[in-house]
Amino acid sequence: MKIIVCVKQVLDTAATIQIENGAVVSPGSSRIINPYDEFAIEEAVRIKEKNAAAEITILSLGPEGFNDAIKKALAMGADKAVHLLDRKFDGLDSYAAAKILQRYIASVPHDLILCGKQAVDVDMAQTGAMLATFLGIPFVTVATRIEFAADFQNAKITRQVEGGSEVRELPLPLLVTCQKGLNEPRLPSLKGIMAAKKKAVLTLSAADLGVDDGDINIADNRIVQENISLPAPRKKGRILAANEAAEEKVAAELVQILRDEEKII
Amino acid sequence: MNANTSWQVFGVVIEHDAAGVKPVSLEMINAARKLADQISATVVAFYLCRDDGGGDDGNATATQRRQLAAEEKVADALIQNGADEVRFLTHPDLNIYIHENYSFALMRQLEKSRADYLFLPATNNGKELSAVLSAKLGVGVATDCVALSVSGDGDVAAVRPVFAGKALATVRFRGKTPHILTLRPNIFRGTDPAAAVPRRGEIFREDVALPEFSHQAQRLVKKAASQLDITEARIVVAGGLGMQSPANFKLLEELAEVLGAAVGASRPVVDNGWREYSNQVGQTGRTVSPDLYIACGISGSVQHLAGMSSSRCIVAINTDAHAAIFSVADYGIVGDVIKVVPALTHEFRKVLAA
Ligand SMILES: Cc1cc2nc3c(=O)[nH]c(=O)nc-3n(C[C@H](O)[C@H](O)[C@H](O)COP(=O)(O)OP(=O)(O)OC[C@H]3O[C@@H](n4cnc5c(N)ncnc54)[C@H](O)[C@@H]3O)c2cc1C
Repeated sequence: MKIIVCVKQVLDTAATIQIENGAVVSPGSSRIINPYDEFAIEEAVRIKEKNAAAEITILSLGPEGFNDAIKKALAMGADKAVHLLDRKFDGLDSYAAAKILQRYIASVPHDLILCGKQAVDVDMAQTGAMLATFLGIPFVTVATRIEFAADFQNAKITRQVEGGSEVRELPLPLLVTCQKGLNEPRLPSLKGIMAAKKKAVLTLSAADLGVDDGDINIADNRIVQENISLPAPRKKGRILAANEAAEEKVAAELVQILRDEEKII
Repeated sequence: MNANTSWQVFGVVIEHDAAGVKPVSLEMINAARKLADQISATVVAFYLCRDDGGGDDGNATATQRRQLAAEEKVADALIQNGADEVRFLTHPDLNIYIHENYSFALMRQLEKSRADYLFLPATNNGKELSAVLSAKLGVGVATDCVALSVSGDGDVAAVRPVFAGKALATVRFRGKTPHILTLRPNIFRGTDPAAAVPRRGEIFREDVALPEFSHQAQRLVKKAASQLDITEARIVVAGGLGMQSPANFKLLEELAEVLGAAVGASRPVVDNGWREYSNQVGQTGRTVSPDLYIACGISGSVQHLAGMSSSRCIVAINTDAHAAIFSVADYGIVGDVIKVVPALTHEFRKVLAA
């Protein structure tokens, strides 16, 4: 069973950000594996623990710095990694990124592709489903549970929908995007970290993938970012009362404001 | 687009469930109408559903008549909110949302009736469908939009939060149409159409053909009973570690019940297993924009603020007067949630009953 996990590196979620020259900056902040991709890596490793024949490849499309995320994913238990690395890939929209991922995946055997449900930087939540559509394989998004048939030919997947969940059964090859609730990602063990050092990371350029400017080009992005700004600061709030005041009085004051001034209730 | 081409068409894909048309669907119609009025465009609603009704040719059964009446009610709501046309696309397999069926039916429809922009809800299903349509049609998509504008020549620009709302990006589309936008629930609420002059619109019904999917094993096994989702609720009452125990969330549930609200939570509360992960608010949970967000015993970490600071009105209750949550709160109560929350519940109940 060949498992491919798509991994993106993102800005630490604890980071506060600023805008400089139309770009997001966060000096001194670290980078982390996209939290939803960690659920995907963890799920793959758990499958391998049950199915020794499984082989996990981390697939990452991004700049040099993504090495850190790749190393951590290998330390969590993936077998090898492929890094799609080329200046030409900078600044691609979801559509173009999914196209490049497809280009690689279509060239290798694949039974299960796992992605995060969204990357917490651009927050588009599109790449996984686009990738599956380009590959022409079935997929399920926002999965919170994946169960396999004994022969690993079919999977039963629970996905989150607003106000509930639903279950779908699908044959492999299959793509699933992962949501919180699926599992608890492990921290890499020391042994894992040591082992990761010896695992192969294959770097492929646009030329290696047979992708040229005519195929994929930022100039072909279907979405163009015209402006980026910080949200307007919220107006200064009002503190209704300090600890000493009676709760009943404070509650009455707040409810009256929400009704008469804010007109919310 | 340029001004010489004929007027534009804004397509809106309606999301609905057993409880009827979802509020976000009316919000999309409302948003599309506002844009359309600035450039004289047409708003077309696509409603995919099972076909029980058929045209009333005089031989309709009672069930069919009921279905037809229900559809007329739906169509009227969509038209009164701003649709010019309502197109029912029907097939037995469209009784529930399955992306393969929905995308196939919509692709067929878009071959026949042009749309320059296509609006979908920024729900889990809407964002899934937008990705499939974008990939199949080779068109751009912007998800989770919170503001829209249209230029004189009909180009729509969309504002969408990135980094969970820590920044706002304005994007435009290039290339083939329809350009696809998914709209965040609770943002584009319009005024009650009942107060306005009644609108007229056209209604079409069409049976669509769907292929047999090669992977037959695909089926929807079960859908859990619906509960109010935190992303769709008008009011969210959220609890953090300051609630101290899972049992104390009962206090929030009581308050939520009085307000018709949904109960949210911070991440450690979810990680402790006190609440379900689908209720987690924040950068790695759900992003909510309700009219009212009541944060109870939540410190206001960067990740939590990212998920809720676009709420219209924020109330924070915390014993620590220096808690970061107060920096985004419109109204703050420095106090103990265990005492303040029941007092609020009591007061809301009294006022709402009056
Ligand atoms: C990668 C990553 C992603 C994350 N994503 C999220 C996310 O999506 N959402 C999220 O919420 N967090 C997220 N976090 C966690 C986040 O950093 C904070 O740890 C978390 O938000 C804190 O939750 P809290 O406010 O409930 O708890 P605390 O920070 O412990 O705050 C508890 C608050 O309750 C107050 N309090 C205590 N007792 C009372 C009382 N009796 N009455 C009133 N107030 C009281 C305290 O003064 C305190 O302010 C993430 C962290 C990481 C590393």
